[in-house]
Amino acid sequence: MRRFSKQLSVVSALVICAGSLVSIADAAPPESRAKSFSTGSFDPFVDYINGQIRQGWEDNEVEASPVASDEEWLRRVYLDIIGQIPSGETVEKFVKNSDTAKRSKVIDELLEDPAYVHNFTNVWTNLLIGRNTPRRVSRNGMQKFLREAFAKNRPWDEIVQNLVTAEGHFEENGAVNYLLAQMQDNDEAVQVTAATTRLFLGIQVQCTQCHNHPFNDWKQNQFWEYNSFFRQMRRINHRKTDPKTGRQVDDYSEVVSTGFNGPVYFEKRSGLMQVAYPIFEDVKVDPEGSVERRKEFSKLIVQGEKPLIAQAIVNRMWGYFIGYGFTRPVDDMGPHNPASHPELLNKMAEELVKKKYDLKQLARWICNSEAYNLTSQFGRKNEIDSPERGETPLFSHMYVKNMTAEQLYDSLIVATSAHKSGQSNFERAEEQRRQWMRQFMVAFDNDSGDDSTTFNGTIPQALMMMNGELTKNAISADSGSYLNQLLLEKGNDQAKIKKMFLSTLSRFPDRRESISAQKLIGSSPNKLAAYQDLYWALLNSNEFVFNH
Amino acid sequence: MTILNPYGMTRRHFMQHVAGAATAIPTMHFLSHLEANASQVKKQQKACILIWMAGGPPSIDIWDLKPGSKNGGEFKPISTKGDMQISEHMPKTAQVMGDLSLIRSMSTREADHARGTYYMHSAYVPNPTVVHPTFGSVVSYELGSRRKELDIPSFISVGGSRGSAGFLGMSHSPFVVSSNGTIQNAEINMTEQQRLGQRLDMLQVLESGFINSKRGESANSHKDIYKKAVNLMTSKQMEAFKVDQEPAALKEAYGTGSFGQGLLLARRLVEVGVPFIEVSASVGSWDLHQGVFDSLKNQNLPQLDKGISALVTDLKQRAMLDDVTIVCMGEFGRTPRINQNVGRDHWAASWTAMIGGGGLKNGQAIGKTDSDGIGIEGKSYLPGDLWATVSHSLGIPLDIVHTSKRGRPMKLANGGTPIKELIG
Repeated sequence: MRRFSKQLSVVSALVICAGSLVSIADAAPPESRAKSFSTGSFDPFVDYINGQIRQGWEDNEVEASPVASDEEWLRRVYLDIIGQIPSGETVEKFVKNSDTAKRSKVIDELLEDPAYVHNFTNVWTNLLIGRNTPRRVSRNGMQKFLREAFAKNRPWDEIVQNLVTAEGHFEENGAVNYLLAQMQDNDEAVQVTAATTRLFLGIQVQCTQCHNHPFNDWKQNQFWEYNSFFRQMRRINHRKTDPKTGRQVDDYSEVVSTGFNGPVYFEKRSGLMQVAYPIFEDVKVDPEGSVERRKEFSKLIVQGEKPLIAQAIVNRMWGYFIGYGFTRPVDDMGPHNPASHPELLNKMAEELVKKKYDLKQLARWICNSEAYNLTSQFGRKNEIDSPERGETPLFSHMYVKNMTAEQLYDSLIVATSAHKSGQSNFERAEEQRRQWMRQFMVAFDNDSGDDSTTFNGTIPQALMMMNGELTKNAISADSGSYLNQLLLEKGNDQAKIKKMFLSTLSRFPDRRESISAQKLIGSSPNKLAAYQDLYWALLNSNEFVFNH
Repeated sequence: MTILNPYGMTRRHFMQHVAGAATAIPTMHFLSHLEANASQVKKQQKACILIWMAGGPPSIDIWDLKPGSKNGGEFKPISTKGDMQISEHMPKTAQVMGDLSLIRSMSTREADHARGTYYMHSAYVPNPTVVHPTFGSVVSYELGSRRKELDIPSFISVGGSRGSAGFLGMSHSPFVVSSNGTIQNAEINMTEQQRLGQRLDMLQVLESGFINSKRGESANSHKDIYKKAVNLMTSKQMEAFKVDQEPAALKEAYGTGSFGQGLLLARRLVEVGVPFIEVSASVGSWDLHQGVFDSLKNQNLPQLDKGISALVTDLKQRAMLDDVTIVCMGEFGRTPRINQNVGRDHWAASWTAMIGGGGLKNGQAIGKTDSDGIGIEGKSYLPGDLWATVSHSLGIPLDIVHTSKRGRPMKLANGGTPIKELIG
């Protein structure tokens, strides 16, 4: 009953002696409590981050939640960095480890794990081309490019420059798939402009395509100025004859440059035609056709001490790890949408530039910060810190995040070895895994633009989790499955129940759960069935599908 | 005392059912958590059935023929029970045209499949800043949310999904079933049925623990979705999906292909209270760039004719036709000019959509194209006008404004106006 009982006793203590607690809080202001907090990393910049966040707590008179238990934290950091839950054994080992620097060490280990590359390749593939690959876009090509980028930990500014200036065959230069995915309509690069500014600069200029921005002073010409950087390219779709059917089918696509010359023209609401030149933050690029505008753009976006591209990635990554960024949404920064912690955002962007856009360093700062290490449980002293109700996030507790489809799928495999159930050879098991993965992605293809913290599950998803083939195999207890192995092991019911909780929820059962589970198993004429039912309930629980 | 778990079923409740009934009664019957509001099943409720002709139908060969024009093609017009003529290959439908109407002056500017599909379903052109809800989602949002007795989703797409619920949220997305009524992962076997009760009891222990640990709203939302899913699996209303139970003669009348059975399924869903059903007119390709007349006459139109006429007749016999609005269209029409492959290409400038039932003043042809089918004479209509007409029939107030996630106001049906002649 570890976490829950602790929390309950804290809550009842608050109720009973609220008065005395106030004086305790006065005597021990957040700073002093937090000074003692450390993951074991010795980075002064993490201390700076903690100081800034603590200032927000103080200004808003909230008391932060306690530091998360090792179990809660480990599950979170596994999901966030490598996209899957830890195994039950990993959790037990971590809890027993008495090294005071164990958290910072795990962060470093996970960032070097090949699954880190896999996870961030998934995250960015979905952002850049969507979960459903548009026609004539190569998902393989896109992933190959990203895998290499994350494996080598290439600087983020270079990655972005590659993406926006990409040219060529969609498998030879995988970076072009970002542009191809945004060139589905013959729309004068409207989508490319909107996506590029949103994803990489963190600003939403697309509403100024048709009119001036309603909430700030951005004018309509701004959209078309950005747009004019992307007019010197077009896509070519190559077709070939399918030798079997004799029909024309898609072969490959490519992006090539064109000699577009001069400014672009757009229509004002009044019907007047206006002209826009390639201008980025007051720097005008020669509109001659011989100037490669996308190259110029890629140079301009990295200029300055804390360019938008650095702020945008800091804000996005903070939001990725903690559930809310400094602005909501993370890709709509600007004067109309002030950041919750502007100074921190600016400073992190500046530091990132100094560290040559090192994404792993950025992840390290965030994961070692105090905010990232708090529990997701909140109490009376910080219940106003509720961004889901529209409040400004204060990061005084962790926010519950939805797992992505990929994280959920990979975690199900970790928890159950479902793909090995009844399969004798590796190849067959892998094929099974790929097949389920496809079904899974279809069922879980939620709107990508949604907040990652709002649960937007659907009935088909619940049905799939309850009755789908993957779940059936997961609880089948056929040879090779997790359940089969567990049941063959020595140990009484209680020990087995504990293991099942560890391998799904990454924690020990509390007393109430233990009793219910033992009752379920003890009262059942068919013990195997009862174990399966318990595992079914664990895999279907809210706690399993959330990253908290 | 029995305490219901939040999924609507206890283990004991469950076991009693299983013990008493497992042999005799069909599975879903004893799983039913609602002892069938049988009286409500026949209750008349307003609904819309959208027959979607993906690919873009040549409406010039179906609803608005041009005899004597070089664009006229092979087919002849025939008289109908309504005040209009239609294609000779739609003879059964001709007999029910008194209950249907045509809008012959649709002019919709989007002639690309994806853009046209989006536009005709939402009344908005695609825009990178926002995803507009498809109209089924709008109806689900406005009417479905109020039908508390409805256990099954309020926007069902038979044979394929069209579009997204956009800013109205995932719970109003189309719920996709196949034309024979199969729902993925909803059917469970006898053993699983027997164990569902104890599984849900254990799930309740876990879920409530997480909810009570104070981590925000998501934990509760998860429980709500599971509750809905269990309702769906165990509801008496699931019977509606069993098209097979219909009499053979009726199945035959609708047509035994997936289109006919899909329409029959739609009628059954309307009966249990589903307010919007989209049925794919999967009677062959409508994207007829070549061989348009052969395809229409031999494949598409005979099935379309059968399905539409059977649906109208059936609804009328059940006194449901005044409450059910039928719309039949695709993402655009096809070129009046016949190309060198005896086909017609994409054409959004002047085409015909069919609308009927719904208590409208039917039997009319609204609007007019010129003798070659190229230009519109007089007033033309946009998808917003069509959906505004449907909204009027369904009793959805036209002044409703939804708000996008970025706070932008979005008028119902893009501010369209109901077609005056139809609403009387």
